[in-house]
Amino acid sequence: MDKSTFHAALQQRFADVTPHVAACGMQLTAVDDNGVEAWLPFREEWLGDTERGLIHPGIVTVLVDSACGAAVLARIADLERIATLDLRMDYLRAGLRDHDIHCRADCYHLTPSIAFVRASVWQQDRALPIAVSQSAFMRAGRRGAAAIA
Amino acid sequence: MSTPIGSMLAEARRRAREHADFDGFVALVPYARFLGLRVEAQGGQLRMRLPYRRELIGNPALPALHGGVTAAFMENAALLHLLLRLDEDRIPKSIDFAIDYLLSARPQDCFAECEVTRAGVRVVHTQIRCWQDVPERPIAVARAHFLLSYPE
Repeated sequence: MDKSTFHAALQQRFADVTPHVAACGMQLTAVDDNGVEAWLPFREEWLGDTERGLIHPGIVTVLVDSACGAAVLARIADLERIATLDLRMDYLRAGLRDHDIHCRADCYHLTPSIAFVRASVWQQDRALPIAVSQSAFMRAGRRGAAAIA
Repeated sequence: MSTPIGSMLAEARRRAREHADFDGFVALVPYARFLGLRVEAQGGQLRMRLPYRRELIGNPALPALHGGVTAAFMENAALLHLLLRLDEDRIPKSIDFAIDYLLSARPQDCFAECEVTRAGVRVVHTQIRCWQDVPERPIAVARAHFLLSYPE
């Protein structure tokens, strides 16, 4: 499968192959050679603080982990099983009620064994991220790879 | 002066401490409820449980729980631990969170325990351990900083 076919399949089947991504209503809105953009529509269920109407950081981590995994696959452009080794989140500002959450994840370095990824999360303005993240993934070969294509 | 959520937290805390009834606590945090997290008291130690269900799967081919779910469960575990252990009348704000994954999470219940490593006046450092079979074999460890009080 060529790269653009794989990217199109990844974008389309992202939710189909990942039950938790489907359960959250998350979608990939763009896939390119280095990474992806993901979109998570707002739900009241995402709140951590109802008094102040703040998004729970946990759901932001779910979005980031999903987008970063997809970014690694976009960069590899082939079916492969990957596993998160570590992931760090910095919560720069509070996520607010009633606004969707967007994430850009880039796999900025890839070795035969490891993928390094950074990501940024925002709501209304891409220039005002609510969180940034850094993570590393292990490449574990084709066995057990989710069937994307 | 107590805030509306402050009095709800105080009431939930009282029920938790006097009757080991933690449901009111989880109910105050919509995302903890979405995950299906439960709080259990285990010999004086607070333990969080994430009951398995299919919607938590990340890779159906293995199968394995979604890595983000493990992280989110541990972030919730730390937050609820702080709400139960400290007498805050607002929800602490997350500053940062770092997780190391040690084993793939199989399709079964997860457990987590949290330790407050240091509680300062404004910032708290916590360490969280998550396991499935036995606590000695963690599937992930994490740390998180929380901000307790801050100017609006």
